[in-house]
Amino acid sequence: MSIQAPTAPPAAPAASRLTKDGPRRRWQRALRRRRGLAGYAYAAPTAAFVAVFFVVPLVLVAQMSVSDWGLFAGDKGVNAPDNFTAAVDQRLFWPAVRFTVKYTVVTTVILIAMALLLALLVQESTRWTGFLRTAILVPSALGLASASLLFYALYSPDSGPFGAAAQKVGLTDQPVSFLGTPNHALWSTVALIVWRYAGFYMLLLLVALQGISADVYEAAELDGAGRWQRFGRITLPLIRPTLALCTILCVTGSLLAFDQFYILTKGGPDNSTLTIVQLIYNAAFQGGNDLGVAAALSIIVLAALLLINAGQFRWLRGKES
Amino acid sequence: MNSPSRRGSAVAGLALRTPYYVLTGGLAAIFLFPLVWAGLRSVSPQAGTAQVHGWGFGNYDTLTHYQAGIWQYVLNSAIVSVLTVIFTVATSLLGGYAFARFTFPGRNALFMLTLAILMVPYATLLIPLYVLLNRIGLDDSLLGLALVLTMFQLPFATFMMRISFEAIPIELEEAALVDGCGSFKALLWVLIPGVRPGLITVALFAFLAAWNDFITPLVLISDSNKLPLPVAIANLRAQVMGIIDYGATEAGVVVLALPCIVLFVLLQRQYVRGFMSGALKG
Repeated sequence: MSIQAPTAPPAAPAASRLTKDGPRRRWQRALRRRRGLAGYAYAAPTAAFVAVFFVVPLVLVAQMSVSDWGLFAGDKGVNAPDNFTAAVDQRLFWPAVRFTVKYTVVTTVILIAMALLLALLVQESTRWTGFLRTAILVPSALGLASASLLFYALYSPDSGPFGAAAQKVGLTDQPVSFLGTPNHALWSTVALIVWRYAGFYMLLLLVALQGISADVYEAAELDGAGRWQRFGRITLPLIRPTLALCTILCVTGSLLAFDQFYILTKGGPDNSTLTIVQLIYNAAFQGGNDLGVAAALSIIVLAALLLINAGQFRWLRGKES
Repeated sequence: MNSPSRRGSAVAGLALRTPYYVLTGGLAAIFLFPLVWAGLRSVSPQAGTAQVHGWGFGNYDTLTHYQAGIWQYVLNSAIVSVLTVIFTVATSLLGGYAFARFTFPGRNALFMLTLAILMVPYATLLIPLYVLLNRIGLDDSLLGLALVLTMFQLPFATFMMRISFEAIPIELEEAALVDGCGSFKALLWVLIPGVRPGLITVALFAFLAAWNDFITPLVLISDSNKLPLPVAIANLRAQVMGIIDYGATEAGVVVLALPCIVLFVLLQRQYVRGFMSGALKG
């Protein structure tokens, strides 16, 4: 890489030529100030993005949550705390909270367990495990919406392969319904999420596993520790920070689930798979047309998420000390 | 390696490991099956689709005739993705440089504020952003969509670029400064080559996020001719009197997924690198 020829006289030698201390220090101060100004200039685009598209919306959503704000009517002035009471009093608010929490717990437990199992299976570095890692990781290249559309077709009784196969084998003469009952819909969605995200969490856990020195295992083996003891006493404690990170990511992602349910079930059957973010979307754009209530719900979700994550971080730190 | 006993133990090892190969091979098949199935199904004969007899591209033909035509939606998605990549790369390159190499009042506060974007749910920001974009005349605009998607990318991108700049020895930059380069010339000629892997990772993740995002355009774009691909394909399902054209849906999934899978195969190393730095973030 070539460095362009200097266009201005070299700065540093010029400074050293000065014999008196005063001007030199002043020059250094000027340089530092210039560096400071340059720093501002380089950070300016980031600051502009953060200010306009993050800070202003946060202030605006707070204002909207305490205002009578229709989708088409716009701002009609303060009405606090009507939006919050209306949000919580909705018939579907508590069912949506319950379902979101249930979905989060189920998904997190299954996904993290599955990812850990996969990471243990592909731990060694061979050509075969290289292929396995790639195969498991490919689904994470897809967008969640694309994956949901794919599984929508896969689960369909008309087009999907499972219904026809089950009927052919004679297991059932009815088309298999993957999304027809609340329970089926939940588990079918969890299967989609495991397929889409297992590779991602496997990779994170794999890095943690490979960070454990072989010496530790050897020492344990010499001390007569069995395979399970080694796993329980060495592997698990040493990868706990990564396990905790995976849990936090998975809990946060699942609490905010939207795409998968919007595409697969639209919250059905009978609103049994309605998540809290879907509730926000519906309040604002689908029938509700009330941005004030949607903003109030958004504030509630934000507060809940911050509380839950603060709790998780504290739990994580408490375990470490 | 050639002694008979070694070969014997290798055979025994293989026999012992056969269950492992069966199990892991089965897992690989499960993970690959949906993708292969969708690809085949999009060109195979199927009742109720445009491809009833024999194999062919009838379903893709349906897509070209759907509303504004698939090419319009591909173009929308391409515009949004390219704009998001440009904005994200430019902003995080300059921002990462500022955070890594300059000291100025408010530096840490701005960096923490940028990372704080991660803590706030999309939905919480999208409701006010819908109102805000209306006010500044960017409603129903691909540019507005790209700007919002860039903001969502900034925490990861800025973090990535900051650690990339910090990994470059400071002497390299000082030498350039002593040689009379301004800080911008130093960035252009000395530092960009050093942070190129980070830049590629940032660009890759910004592209994939913009190409695949669903809820942001769902909320911000209402003109059906300006919809990006994921929302258009999701809408297409229930077009013809509520009867779902699965063939067209499967073809749409292929159009959506193919660029992502090609990028993944080409840039697998960058991909993994991005995940790793994601792990560091915690």
